Amino acid sequence: MASLRMVLEKPWIWSFVGALVVWLATVAFTGGYGAGGMVTAALSLAVFTVIVGVGQMFVITLGPGNVDLSLPANIGLASAVAMKVMGGSDSMIVVGLLAALACGAAIGAINYLLIWALRIPPIIATLSASFIIQSVDISYGRGLQIKPPPGFADFTNWQVLGIPVLAMLTVVFTIGAALALQRMIYGRSVLAIGQNIRAAWLAGVHVGRIRFLTYTLCGALGGIDGALLAGYFRGANVDIGNEYLLASIAVVVIGGTSVAGGKANVPGVWGAGLFLVLLLTMLNTFGVSAGVRLVLTGLIIVGVITAAGGEKAVR
Amino acid sequence: MTAIAPGTLPKSSPRGSAARARLLRGLLPALSLALVLIAIAWLNPRAISYFGFNLMLNLAIPIALATIAQMFVIAGNELDLSIGTFVGFVGCVTATWLRDAPLLGILVLIGSIGVYALLGALIHLRNLPSIVVTLGMSFVWQGLAILVLPKPGGKAPDWLLAIMSFKPPYIPFPILAALIIAAVVHFGLMRTSYGVILRGSGGNAAALRRAGWSLLKTKIVLFALTGLFGVLSGMALIGITTSADANIGNGYTLLSIAGVILGGGEFVGGRVSPIGAVLGALTLALAASPLLTFMHIPPDWQVAANGAILIIVLAARVLISRRER
Repeated sequence: MASLRMVLEKPWIWSFVGALVVWLATVAFTGGYGAGGMVTAALSLAVFTVIVGVGQMFVITLGPGNVDLSLPANIGLASAVAMKVMGGSDSMIVVGLLAALACGAAIGAINYLLIWALRIPPIIATLSASFIIQSVDISYGRGLQIKPPPGFADFTNWQVLGIPVLAMLTVVFTIGAALALQRMIYGRSVLAIGQNIRAAWLAGVHVGRIRFLTYTLCGALGGIDGALLAGYFRGANVDIGNEYLLASIAVVVIGGTSVAGGKANVPGVWGAGLFLVLLLTMLNTFGVSAGVRLVLTGLIIVGVITAAGGEKAVR
Repeated sequence: MTAIAPGTLPKSSPRGSAARARLLRGLLPALSLALVLIAIAWLNPRAISYFGFNLMLNLAIPIALATIAQMFVIAGNELDLSIGTFVGFVGCVTATWLRDAPLLGILVLIGSIGVYALLGALIHLRNLPSIVVTLGMSFVWQGLAILVLPKPGGKAPDWLLAIMSFKPPYIPFPILAALIIAAVVHFGLMRTSYGVILRGSGGNAAALRRAGWSLLKTKIVLFALTGLFGVLSGMALIGITTSADANIGNGYTLLSIAGVILGGGEFVGGRVSPIGAVLGALTLALAASPLLTFMHIPPDWQVAANGAILIIVLAARVLISRRER
């Protein structure tokens, strides 16, 4: 019983509870039909939210005002870069992935450069950067109709025993991210900066370097995500990343990470990612129209934030 | 024509160079607009005419109104990421119910301002991050817009069309409207005592609370004003485009934030400037399409031009601020 109470006190448990409730509601509606397939589909779609969510989580943990609004544009551009470099041939998959990674990391580095050089709030820096990236993408990706190499498309859709391989790899990645956050100097520094940037600086944390690394990491994750999305949906697209602006921020907050910074939570990102995807599946299964689906998604996000936001009164 | 807001003035400094830097900083929004205008005049002198301004600044009125809306939340240290879809929702209501059933339309629009006020209360009472709440609300407004108007269409009420196609003598309507908007909001927010309280809620909330002012009330008023100007923006937009589409306002979220920042506003500390915000909106409206068209730059780069202008202006501001110290 004590261990159960300990689990219940974890902030991330509620996102998993939410995901489970939504899943059960859908299964009850369909009378048990497609229960397993739904989990498979949810896992494969949640992966993309989780990857950028982890990046966004590190950025948000840096403290109030830190948020990366350039992720959708970043994902869009990286998806085009990956497809162009791969050029539809299996031999170029790794090069294409590296190119997308480099593209994303460069965007992240530029974001921090703007924040540092212009001393402007990250929201405006990443926003202005996203304007420019978006245009580069529109111009670069115009009429781009390159299909992903068959090997890459198969890899992103590959399942073993109903579990997407990409999801397994992402679980490994998130465990790594959790270790980096809690056990490595880098992660501890991020948390310290988020709690009190001045105290962290006085304590000898390389504030500038850590922030630079974090924005670059977030950008790189956006880049990889773009490449994987292009593989999964069989083609790059300017708008491919659009939904990940809300999703990346929402999974961080729903997952129990403090928006005020200094308190991060990796498992919650998975729970919240699954919750969002399953929520969408549920609303689709109920057969509601696009308008109602959007309204309900929005209201549920606002509702969850309202329910979860109470304790953060101390800043 | 000075765009310095009283609230943005730091304590008076004995050094003349610092005062000059402050003045320069205050004039920056006007300077960037002048620069864009000069560039346009140089590229195409014929554009600088009554007819040319009417054409080029056609969409500037709704952008300016949306920017003012955004400015009110920013004055209270919050951010509204839903203003774009809200403008779209208002547009859809304007093009359907406001024409067919005016009473219902008016009630819905007033109700939506009420929703904004409630959001302000919710954000204050539960201490929620406004970014996430308004991001969630952006889905709600978009969904409602699709429900009101599933397919692009509808028609603006005739009286609205008449207002928006008003052709005053000598001064093009968009410029006249911008002047009126800037003057009204400047007076309300910068020259009235409650305006000072509103900005103070972003500047030093703790001090205001100790002085006995209700922070809940200031937040509700700021959000309600955002809703009000969002409604005006959506109606003005439909008055120009004559019909609506659920996605018509989506670009306004980012434009409005960019406009406030271009106009000298800052994210924290209640430092905003209504005149600057209107100037910022005009700059963006001009730089986005007419300037690029005259420079023969493909429309692909329109968004980038907005980003580049933001970065250049912010860089200029940093250079000036450095001298201010």
